[in-house]
Amino acid sequence: MSQTVDKPRSFQEIILRLQAYWATKGCAVLQPYDMEVGAGTFHPATTLRSLGTNPWAAAYVQPSRRPTDGRYGENPNRLQHYYQYQVVIKPSPKDLQELYLGSLKAIGIDAELHDIRFVEDDWESPTLGAWGLGWEVWCDGMEVSQFTYFQQVGGHDCTPVSGELTYGLERLAMYILSVDHVMDMPFNDPSSPTPLTYGDVFKQTEEEYARHNFDAANTDKLLKNFEEAEAECHALLSVPADDPKTGKRIIMAHPAYDQCIKASHIFNLLDARGVISVTERQAYIGRVRTLAKACADAFVQTKAGGYLPEAAE
Amino acid sequence: MPDLMIELFSEEIPARMQKRAAEDLKKLVTNGLVEAGLTYASAGAFATPRRLALSVEGLLAESPTTVEERKGPRIDAPEKALAGFLRGAGVAKEDLGTVEEKKGTFYVAKITKQGRAAAPIIAEVLEKAIRNFPWPKSMRWGSGSLKWVRPLHSIICILSAEDGSDVVEFDIDGIASGRSTRGHRFMAPDAFDVVSFDDYSSKLKSAFVMLDATERADHIWHDATNQAFAQGLDVVEDAGLLAEVAGLVEWPVVLMGNIGADFLDLPPEVLQTSMKEHQKFFSVRNPKTGRIEKFVTVANRETADQGATILAGNEKVLSARLADAKFFWDNDIRTVEREGLEAMSGPLSNVTFHNKLGSQAERIARIAALAREIAPIVGADADEAELAAKVAKADLSSEMVYEFPELQGIMGRYYAEKAGLSDAVADACRDHYSPLGPSDDVPTDPVSVAVALADKLDTLTGFWAIDEKPTGSKDPFALRRAALGVLRLILTNEAKCSLADLFRTFFNALAAQKGKKLSAFSKMINPNDESQFVFTDFYSTDDYTFIGSQAVEFAFESGDLYFSNSSRQPGVGALEAEVYQVVGINELIADLLSFFHDRLKVFLKDEGIRHDVIDACLAMDGADDITLLVKRARALSQTLATEDGANLIQGFKRANNILTQAEDKDGVEYSYGPDIKFAEEDAEKALFAALDTAEAAIKPAMASEDFEGAMSAMAAMRGAVDAFFDAVQVNSDNSVVRRNRLNLLGRIRDICLSVADLTKLDG
Repeated sequence: MSQTVDKPRSFQEIILRLQAYWATKGCAVLQPYDMEVGAGTFHPATTLRSLGTNPWAAAYVQPSRRPTDGRYGENPNRLQHYYQYQVVIKPSPKDLQELYLGSLKAIGIDAELHDIRFVEDDWESPTLGAWGLGWEVWCDGMEVSQFTYFQQVGGHDCTPVSGELTYGLERLAMYILSVDHVMDMPFNDPSSPTPLTYGDVFKQTEEEYARHNFDAANTDKLLKNFEEAEAECHALLSVPADDPKTGKRIIMAHPAYDQCIKASHIFNLLDARGVISVTERQAYIGRVRTLAKACADAFVQTKAGGYLPEAAE
Repeated sequence: MPDLMIELFSEEIPARMQKRAAEDLKKLVTNGLVEAGLTYASAGAFATPRRLALSVEGLLAESPTTVEERKGPRIDAPEKALAGFLRGAGVAKEDLGTVEEKKGTFYVAKITKQGRAAAPIIAEVLEKAIRNFPWPKSMRWGSGSLKWVRPLHSIICILSAEDGSDVVEFDIDGIASGRSTRGHRFMAPDAFDVVSFDDYSSKLKSAFVMLDATERADHIWHDATNQAFAQGLDVVEDAGLLAEVAGLVEWPVVLMGNIGADFLDLPPEVLQTSMKEHQKFFSVRNPKTGRIEKFVTVANRETADQGATILAGNEKVLSARLADAKFFWDNDIRTVEREGLEAMSGPLSNVTFHNKLGSQAERIARIAALAREIAPIVGADADEAELAAKVAKADLSSEMVYEFPELQGIMGRYYAEKAGLSDAVADACRDHYSPLGPSDDVPTDPVSVAVALADKLDTLTGFWAIDEKPTGSKDPFALRRAALGVLRLILTNEAKCSLADLFRTFFNALAAQKGKKLSAFSKMINPNDESQFVFTDFYSTDDYTFIGSQAVEFAFESGDLYFSNSSRQPGVGALEAEVYQVVGINELIADLLSFFHDRLKVFLKDEGIRHDVIDACLAMDGADDITLLVKRARALSQTLATEDGANLIQGFKRANNILTQAEDKDGVEYSYGPDIKFAEEDAEKALFAALDTAEAAIKPAMASEDFEGAMSAMAAMRGAVDAFFDAVQVNSDNSVVRRNRLNLLGRIRDICLSVADLTKLDG
């Protein structure tokens, strides 16, 4: 084995290499979901597609927002908006660990020189009604990925089981590129005509959103929006499956799930604004979970969710 | 005799589960083998992050053939009964024998169980073990239905003898048993075959896997202490961390690294916690300065650069972690030095302790007032106790404790020092949470004791007032632990106090803080006793109707009012009138006290003091004075352990039985006092003397709470009591003599009961 692996030079090169790697491993390389989500898991390509029996393999970058983590771009490691790289394969292949280690190699982490370990970390998303078992993957003492075998999503048992990999891209890239502050990280190639750092791209937006999230977001409106999204989600799911216009059976699982995502993000914002008490918190999480479960129930009644009309008749 | 070797090779098994899993594998397999008739000489089980292994030596090559004789129905039994028997025994009618017995002639079946070869038995036992393995959490993977802790990849199952080894063949969910495994994930990833356990463990060693967790732990500890010693340093011992780290590696490589100079001034607890919790590093201390100066990390591989890259990475990750910690520490110290410790607790008014019990700040105000009340009981200065209580939880709003909750109290002590507070106050900040567990040290400094008691009693009375008591296995607010803490604080410090009085003070403090409405409400119910009722949400309504008396019920027309022990009943009418029950404060106090007594019984059980002994003491006055109660219980327990004591109790019981029967029959109580002039027998007269002696000794002993003295005086009556029963017939024909003797027994009873309620004793 070669001692040195060709090192990437920028944040985007790491993303590009991951895209290329997982494409060669047979994943559909999807684009980010066009809504505000807290983590890559929320992308319907993971939540909904991990349900039902249809095989699935997808990889994508997902911009993720955690309003409470905003630090005005000053903290070297914390951002309210960051990128996750997400891989989801169903059924989980037997060599998923080896595939994963191959991806580390592709982005310049040589297992011959580094100490890579799988440390127990059970994953649970109370808002999605989901859990799985797996590890956080450590490289020289740093957590570089989450590795999870999904057992349940939206209250449904996952059969078959999906394997999910989540890379925290900024942290991973900072390590590979030996950068101490995220804002100093080269975003594109430092030798390009217009070299840009992560800070050039995101410093200002971190400031703007931190102020917005902590102080300006209109909580009355948000509270109302939450209620509306919740009501809309339920309303969409209660529409009968048979569409009178086309004569087709069309369950609106995805549009309803969009409302669930929206409710979840609004809850995160309200949390950052500090208007949700400890006891209310549980209640809000429970309400989002109810939506996620209802969407999961609907999705498994669709073709993509493994529903077979012949079998039902 | 063949040897069996099993390996279950999987993806990484959580460190905390490995040891138990190895033991479970051994138990399940060897028990299964023995049940099937395959005995063995010895067995050993091992675990690494990726494998469970079991070696069973000296196994029988086949199970022995057994013959069982089973008795059937009588030969004249109905056809059906016989058919059932034949089916159950698996034999034909012509194979049956008969046996003559008193009750008739019976069929007898000889059931022969043929011995079987070891291999199929092993296959069955192992498959069953895998399918029923008691992992704390297990999962499915891929398209399979098998459950394991993480995906199971391969199984070795071989029987080896001198002439070679055979795979015990079976297949479980597509995983076929074989003889192949792999070495270290990175250092020796290729598959190889094994023929025996010895072959397996030596090949693993060459493939960079130390199979034995103890060997890995020893290796780590040995290497770590050696490297530290070479630089004149000590590794801080941590058995839990060592076991965990040994479960994270197959090939431990110990690396010692540096902590950035900027961070060396952080409190050692902060360094240790951050390094242990986040990085699983050992702390390395300089014995001369007591400071933590370096760390030890354990990597899972050797590298060409002798771990330089790995160590550099770990140092960098640690620096980022400690930069956070230092930022918190500097901010916290600045706040404390500028504004004092009380100011730091400001944000606690926004932190809800419990929605029915108010904020942390309100709770602290109660605890401070109560610590003042408790101070004289434990010999603390009231002002100091109050101040300590006010600042003891200030560190909860520090950034450091937000990040590392396990440092609560420890940080409080540092901040108190920085704020220039006395040692007693600073110690109370750290120690008022203690004792947490049953083996945790109990604080003895009076200020710490006062705050610790106030803290725990406030929790207990608070949750009692809102009816959040532990039920069954559910104790979400750890109230059992809090009660045990109070008991241990009182006992260790020999504090004399009435728990009931303390409870009342606490309930009043809670009510007073929450609302005037409590007293207003109570007054309307019972103008003579403002404290008779306590209720919980501290809302009130004017629309109520008085219904009952002792456990009072109210009906009212609003959902606002919510009482302790509310027995919600279905709504009445359109206005959702509901009926609630209010518990009188005396009832609440009695209930909490009985909870304490239950905890005390559990606690004293470990000391070997029986439940009934405690019951005998609980029935006496002052049972809410725990120090007194336990003193009495210990003395009684000791007395019962002596021959005199045990016999005296029998004597007492006999006297009491005779008395109870006579009293029932005669309808009088024999407590007039006997007169020695009616005594006829010597033994009777001697008993008078013995009772006089005992009473003369017991009275002053009890008055001075010398229970041992009182009880040994009581036990000393044993000879006279026994002699009396041997020689004297109580139920004399002479009614005067009989009555006098019964009164004499009455005196025995009175004297004994003045010490403890011996009627509560078992046996």
